[in-house]
Formats: sequence, C-alpha cells, structure tokens
Amino acid sequence: MNFNATLIGQTVTFIVFVWFCMRYVWPPIMAALEERNARITEGLAAAERGQKDLEQAQAKVSENLDEAKQQAQEIINQAQKRANEIVDGAKDIAREEADKIKSAATADIDQQVNSAREQLRKEVSGIALAGAEQILKREVNADTHAAVLDELVAQI
Amino acid sequence: MAYANSGEYIKHHLTNLVYGQHPDGSWGIAHGADEIKEMGFWSINVDSMFFSIVLGVFFLWIFRRAAKKASTDVPTGLQNFVEWIIEFIDDSVRGSFSGKNPLIAPLALTIFVWIFLMNFMDLLAVDHIPGLAGLLGVPYLKIVPSTDPNVTFALALSVFILVLYYSIKMKGPGGFFAELAFHPFPKFMMPINLLLEGVTLIAKPISLALRLFGNMYAGEMIFILIALMYSGGWVLGIFGGFLQLGWAIFHILIITLQAFIFMTLTIVYLDMASQTDH
Repeated sequence: MNFNATLIGQTVTFIVFVWFCMRYVWPPIMAALEERNARITEGLAAAERGQKDLEQAQAKVSENLDEAKQQAQEIINQAQKRANEIVDGAKDIAREEADKIKSAATADIDQQVNSAREQLRKEVSGIALAGAEQILKREVNADTHAAVLDELVAQI
Repeated sequence: MAYANSGEYIKHHLTNLVYGQHPDGSWGIAHGADEIKEMGFWSINVDSMFFSIVLGVFFLWIFRRAAKKASTDVPTGLQNFVEWIIEFIDDSVRGSFSGKNPLIAPLALTIFVWIFLMNFMDLLAVDHIPGLAGLLGVPYLKIVPSTDPNVTFALALSVFILVLYYSIKMKGPGGFFAELAFHPFPKFMMPINLLLEGVTLIAKPISLALRLFGNMYAGEMIFILIALMYSGGWVLGIFGGFLQLGWAIFHILIITLQAFIFMTLTIVYLDMASQTDH
C-alpha cells in the first residue's frame, strides 16, 4: 500500500459526486416518488368513495323501486274500488230505470184493462139490452127502464 | 505482453499506473515499483482516478436521466430500476438513521452505487482491458479502483470527517469530548477512557477502508491466480475457466455485500454522531 495524491483526488471526486447527487438526483426522484405515493393514496380513497357511492345509489334505487311498486299497488287498488263503485252505480241506475219502465208498463196495462172492462161492460149491457128486447118482443122504453139498466150496468 | 514468470505477472497486475515526478525532476509515468516509491506522495494513480471518475459519472448520468424524467406516471424501464434502488437506499436510511439530515440519503446512494460499480470492474476479465491498454502503450493498468487503498481510504476519511463534523455540531465540542472521556469508566479514569474511545473512533474509518480494500484486493488476487492457470495447458486452462466462472458468480455477492456494508456502516456511524442523548 503506498499512499499518494490519489487520496486527495478521490476525496474531491467523492465530494463532488455526493454534492451532485444531493443537488440534482435525490430530490427530484424523491419528490416524484412521494407525489406518486400521494396520488395512489388519493386514487384508492376515491375508488373506495366511488364504491360507497355506488352502494348508496343501489340502496336508494331499490328503495325507490319498492316505493314505486307500493304506489302502483295503491293505484290499482283505488282503480278497482272505483270500478266497483261505477258498476254498483250503474246497477242502481239500471234498476231504477227498470222500475220506472215496469211501473209505466203496469200503468199502461191497468189503463188498458180498465178501458177494456169499460168497453166490455158497455157491450154486455148492449147485448143484455138486446137480449131483453128479444125476450120481451116488444119495445122497451129505454127511458123508463134506464134506471134498471144503469143498475145492471153498475152490477156487472 | 510477455512475462518472465508468474511472479512478475502477478506483480504487474497489482501495479497502478502512476503519474508523478521522477527523481531527476521530469514528470511522467512510473515504470515499476521502485520508480513509484521514488515519486513519493505527490504522484497520482491515473488508472484509479480515471475508472472511478468514469464510473461515478456513469452512475450520476443514469440517475440524472431518471431524475429528469421522474413523474407521477407509471414508471418504465430505467426509471423503474432507479426508483427501485432509491427506495432501497431510502428504506436503509430510514431504518438506521433516526434524525433528519438531507445529506445522508444522497451520501448513502452515492456510496452504494459508486462502490458497487467500482467493485463490479472486478468481474471483467483481468487481462482484457489492461491487455488492450498495453497494446496502446500503457504499461500498467488496474481497472478495479476499489483495489486501490487510496480510493477506499479517501471514501472512509470523507465519512470520518463527516462523523467528526456532525459529532461536534450536534453534541457541541464539550459534549463530544465528554462522550470520548467519560465512558465507559467513571470520570477519574479519563485517560483510559480517552484511549479506548479514541481507538474506537479511529477504528471506524480504518475498518471501513480496509474491509472494502481487503475484500476487493483478495478477490482480484484470486482472479489473477486463476488467470495464471490459462497458461498451464489445456486441462488446467479449462479447469481454470470453471474456477473463474464459479468465483465470479460468488464475487457478485461479495461486491454487492461490500458496497452495502460500507453504506450501512456509514449511515450507522453518522447516526451515532448525530445522536444528542447519550
């Protein structure tokens, strides 16, 4: 081992290298590494947040869906109730109408029966009068027997 | 180049390319160990300087490129690799260094990658680059800078100066002295304390430097010895080939481990220097 000025030269070289490394190599790389670290951390946090948001949204969607289903069910129920009401109302109206028609028909029939009875009574009284005339073979004074006839007519 | 014997081959491979002043006053490249000795302290190992600077610049160039492109997007290729190393260093620093100091992490990064690259030169075949340089007229070339004690001691002494600086800065001169003088025995045994703690303190840079130097020097030596087998005929040559492969694979572990140990110990020493509650 013989020492010479190389010792000094190497020391100076070493100092220069360390200085350069400290000034131009280490800080930028370290800064980039730390920045990337922060970015990755942030990205992971964002991903987690996104996941959570998605879960919340899904929960909300299913909640909305349930609500919508319930509402639809209510609407259907109401519609059915309404339909029943309408049918019931229509039935009532139809019954009323039918009653009206029936009573009108009944009145008509009554009237016709009455008129037929009247006519029959008149015809019978006519026939009775004619029969009586024939039986008696003489003219019956209508005026004198009118009272009797009317009594007859009333009895029929 | 032809060698008279294997001893000369080994010696040649362990000699640096030294530039300095010859005894006669002229400046030039030293030829042989004697001339190197004559040049004294004010000479320089051109090969160590050249390869360490080339490797250091390569390291900084790669990392600077990645730093320029650094973004928060998905990293690709080179950037990914660089960030992997940076995160590894950052983890080590966070694990061992309790305080906050913007110097420590870049220092650790430079030490780790630079030493790794210097050690890595050990895996290149021992004869290729020096042989090529020999053809170009360069008499000696050691391509592994970390087998040069000048390099490892320069690193260790720089770290040691930082240790002293932070010890005095964080604890104050009095606190630093107290740490050396009043442990591990009571105050009245101060000289013994000073001796023990002084040795402990001095041992830090020396062990740092010698551990790296010793490992790499020994590894290089084994590569050279294996390379010698290639001149011993076919059978020995093929055997040497397998040996070299095995040793190189094992050496991958050693070069990484040595770079890592140097870095970790640097962090630990500076952490100890920065701790105020002692």
